[in-house]
Amino acid sequence: MTGEGTILDIRDLHVWFRVYEGLSRVLDGVSFQVQEGERVGLVGETGCGKTIAMKTVMGILKSPPAQFPQGEVFLAGHDVLKMSPMEILRMKGRTVSMIFQDPLSSLNPVFTIGQQLIDVIRYGQRWAANSGRLSRARLARAAAEALTTVRLPDAERILKLYPLELSGGMRQRALIAMALVNKPRLLIADEPGTALDVTIQAQILALLRGLVKEEHIAVLLITHDLGVVREMAERVYIMYAGQVAEEGPVTSLFDDPRHPYSQGLLASVPRLTGKLPARGIPGTVPDYTEAPPGCRFHPRCEHAMEKCAEQKPPLTEAAGQRLVACHLYSGAKE
Amino acid sequence: MTEPILGVENLMKYFPIRSGLFRRVVGHVKAVDHVSFGVQEGEIFGLVGESGSGKSTVAKTIVQLYRPTAGTIRFKGRDLTGATKETMRWFRSQAQMVFQDPKSSLNPRRSIASILEDPLIVYGIGGSRRGREQMIRSLLEQVEMSGRYMYKYPSALSGGQRQRVAIARALAVHPSFLALDEPTSALDVSVQAKLINLFLGLKEELGLSYLFITHNLSLLRTIAGRAAVMYVGRIYELGPTELLFRHPIHPYTRALIAAAPVVTSEEEQIKPQQMSKEGEIPSPANPPSGCAFHPRCSVAESGCSEELPSPVEVETGHWVWCHQAGTLASAEGVSRAESGLAVVEMPGERAPLLGESGDRAEPASLG
Amino acid sequence: MLPHRQGAAAAEETRWTAMRDRLGRGWYKFRRNRISLIGGAMVLLFALLAALAPFVTPYPKHAGAYTDFRHAFQPPSAAHWFGTDALGADVLTRVIFGSQISFMLAAIVLGISVPFGVFLGLVSGYIGGKTETIIMRVTDIFLALPALVMALAICAAFTPSIDKAMLAISTIWWTWHCRLVNGITRSIKTEEFIQASRALGASHFRIMFKDILPNCASPIIVKITLDAGFVILVGAGLSFLGLGAQPPAEDLGTMISIGAKYLPERWWMTVFPSLAIFLIILGFNLLGDGLRDALAVEEGV
Repeated sequence: MTGEGTILDIRDLHVWFRVYEGLSRVLDGVSFQVQEGERVGLVGETGCGKTIAMKTVMGILKSPPAQFPQGEVFLAGHDVLKMSPMEILRMKGRTVSMIFQDPLSSLNPVFTIGQQLIDVIRYGQRWAANSGRLSRARLARAAAEALTTVRLPDAERILKLYPLELSGGMRQRALIAMALVNKPRLLIADEPGTALDVTIQAQILALLRGLVKEEHIAVLLITHDLGVVREMAERVYIMYAGQVAEEGPVTSLFDDPRHPYSQGLLASVPRLTGKLPARGIPGTVPDYTEAPPGCRFHPRCEHAMEKCAEQKPPLTEAAGQRLVACHLYSGAKE
Repeated sequence: MTEPILGVENLMKYFPIRSGLFRRVVGHVKAVDHVSFGVQEGEIFGLVGESGSGKSTVAKTIVQLYRPTAGTIRFKGRDLTGATKETMRWFRSQAQMVFQDPKSSLNPRRSIASILEDPLIVYGIGGSRRGREQMIRSLLEQVEMSGRYMYKYPSALSGGQRQRVAIARALAVHPSFLALDEPTSALDVSVQAKLINLFLGLKEELGLSYLFITHNLSLLRTIAGRAAVMYVGRIYELGPTELLFRHPIHPYTRALIAAAPVVTSEEEQIKPQQMSKEGEIPSPANPPSGCAFHPRCSVAESGCSEELPSPVEVETGHWVWCHQAGTLASAEGVSRAESGLAVVEMPGERAPLLGESGDRAEPASLG
Repeated sequence: MLPHRQGAAAAEETRWTAMRDRLGRGWYKFRRNRISLIGGAMVLLFALLAALAPFVTPYPKHAGAYTDFRHAFQPPSAAHWFGTDALGADVLTRVIFGSQISFMLAAIVLGISVPFGVFLGLVSGYIGGKTETIIMRVTDIFLALPALVMALAICAAFTPSIDKAMLAISTIWWTWHCRLVNGITRSIKTEEFIQASRALGASHFRIMFKDILPNCASPIIVKITLDAGFVILVGAGLSFLGLGAQPPAEDLGTMISIGAKYLPERWWMTVFPSLAIFLIILGFNLLGDGLRDALAVEEGV
């Protein structure tokens, strides 16, 4: 149910696409929630549907060819799938904002950082209750302040620079400033560290974590990088082929995964200790136009039973605040 | 000490920066600056660093995609400087490269068969068209791909499959050495694991030697026997990977390991204490003076910004380029090499960087 | 040997089944855009009519030099759908034969200029340096002058005729393709798959023609389609000014030129040839847009 503190509530979402080969059933009944101020990770490999889910939340999927045969997406209490384009527009940048993977392509190369930041601030003011036109000076000050919050030194100077004149890390900081300046309730971060170097990524993630904690902003972190999830998120959902496989607190899930896919996934990650050698998961991701029935992971699962091909396993509770969608667990309640 | 299969001595690759109406050279990007190391036959030598470190440029210069600005590259004993056409042709059939981005390393407008046929035609392998077709099939089999992908185009393949094709292309000429430039960075974790499996299997089966470039420290530790840490065009630490991780000396190495994203609490615990501050990675077009890391280093002293550090052997086969190496090493509790090798002068010395295999146990077959 | 892993069970593919699949996919994408289908249909229709002109026109003998003053200046009627012209010839027939000339013009002009321009573009883009600078600056000079004006100048230097017109247009048309291919070559040159080919030791020619050229194919095809319309327009323009096909040739431009004297009372002599040019060019433009979509490289999900 959509509790008071739930900013994002996706229920049984199905998303299909009409393609050359037929009907691609990308999302097959996906459900997850993000509470106010909570940091949630959505993890999955390429093609698992996490990007489609995110685009659905942002209301940017073109329909057709996308179809939404079933499911609801409640953002701050309103179903995105039933919103008008105007309402969706109003929502973006204020209730929910995003940061993307590549800071360079997210910034307009022909405008200065200051111009782009002020643009965002002004846009946010447009819908604000107490809007009056802010003077240029006030806007500039607000912009400089925003840059200081993301620990960019010499904010005045940076406002006058163009994106290409900044390093990758600085660009990402500027983007974070833009995303958070209007104090959204939910921040969606799509692979926020991937384009950055390891030491820079560590700095950026620490910064982001601090900022969202301070402002009590909920975060939906979408990535395939398990290490990043562990740094940023409190709770994590693991997705496979358009279905949610497992959910739980990050550290306990990573230390002890239950779903066979999660286990395979975590076993594939090379360890800093150099110890546990990495394995892989046999088989490949299914074709969504001919997705396996029941649990979509069953063709690759070493524990697969007959039931797995017949019935899609529901998300069942397991010990340690976990939810696992697997018939190994759907029988008994621990 | 055996002659390494690949020896790199004082390698330099500078790219000119041109400016102005007449494209005058105003400076240089010192992508690779006095880099020396050796890869022993049958070993996996890792090269780790972030952007601007020069690790990719090193690999590309080694396979002669770039001509070195200075320095020597020796392969199987032969000096490649000023090589003749014959030598180059021989070298190219011996050493190949696998690139990072599977999307761009295969020509999107050519079928897999056409891409794999290229090396066969250039080196006259396979004979007739029939013969080449056969060879292509067996190459695909070697990288665990079914022959039915032959006439497909790269866009129909997944990232992992494309990389397999890239590997097959590199193997077509029967090389003995492969430079692998972040071959799995763009891939999902489970696909990466399978590909690493493949690399290790091929190495055993075909007796290959690898130069493995990555920014993923966990991966480095899992598969490389020895490794070098690069920063802004230079090597700052080098040695057997086990020693590098157990006793990281250089503050940059420590920063790298500490920043590595990990998935278990166990890994969190083995992270070293950091000796660096927040900062940006300098551009090789304008590197800081002396030790390039000094602006971010918390133990830097006045000498660090003035002089380039010389290599110090802190353990057998474990070398560090740091002015504070002595202090840091004692803090770590490691002792100098028994052989009493002292500080080696740079540049020009054939430093024992072309060291022993430093074999850690070969990783057990990865499942 | 490492164990052979099987993917999903599927038939062994041959070169031909793969090609068929790709064509099918391309058709699917092309089909989705209704407007381009219309364009394609238009071009196809005109091309067929033009090709079969002697068989589909009501009065094939009226093409070329034909006079019958008794039936001159007749407005559109059942016997002559487009009416007759000043010399008594059936306008419909002449329009269809005129389209034939237009298509031929386009084919020849493009047949000469495209290979030449593409080759120069490839070479200049690949070699770079001074060679490229020289070639591209020459190209720039040609491009700076309007096509029609250039063609005019060249035509006027000789006795006007249709082949001189074709020659004139070819002389300037190669530059567009040269620049197009040069641009693509330069941007692809640094891609990793080119570096991979170099690392393999492939010769320069091999790289240019087997690696770079296929990547230019789609933009070239789209450009040819869009060019066809424009070339026809330039050709008609030249004829209109008397520098291309000469009367009594049934070229569309010539027809308009002659018929213009009789506007507005005898409108059919100009309106129908104009309409034909318009529709042919429109068809090519719509088709070109659709091809661009269908030929785009597939992206992954």
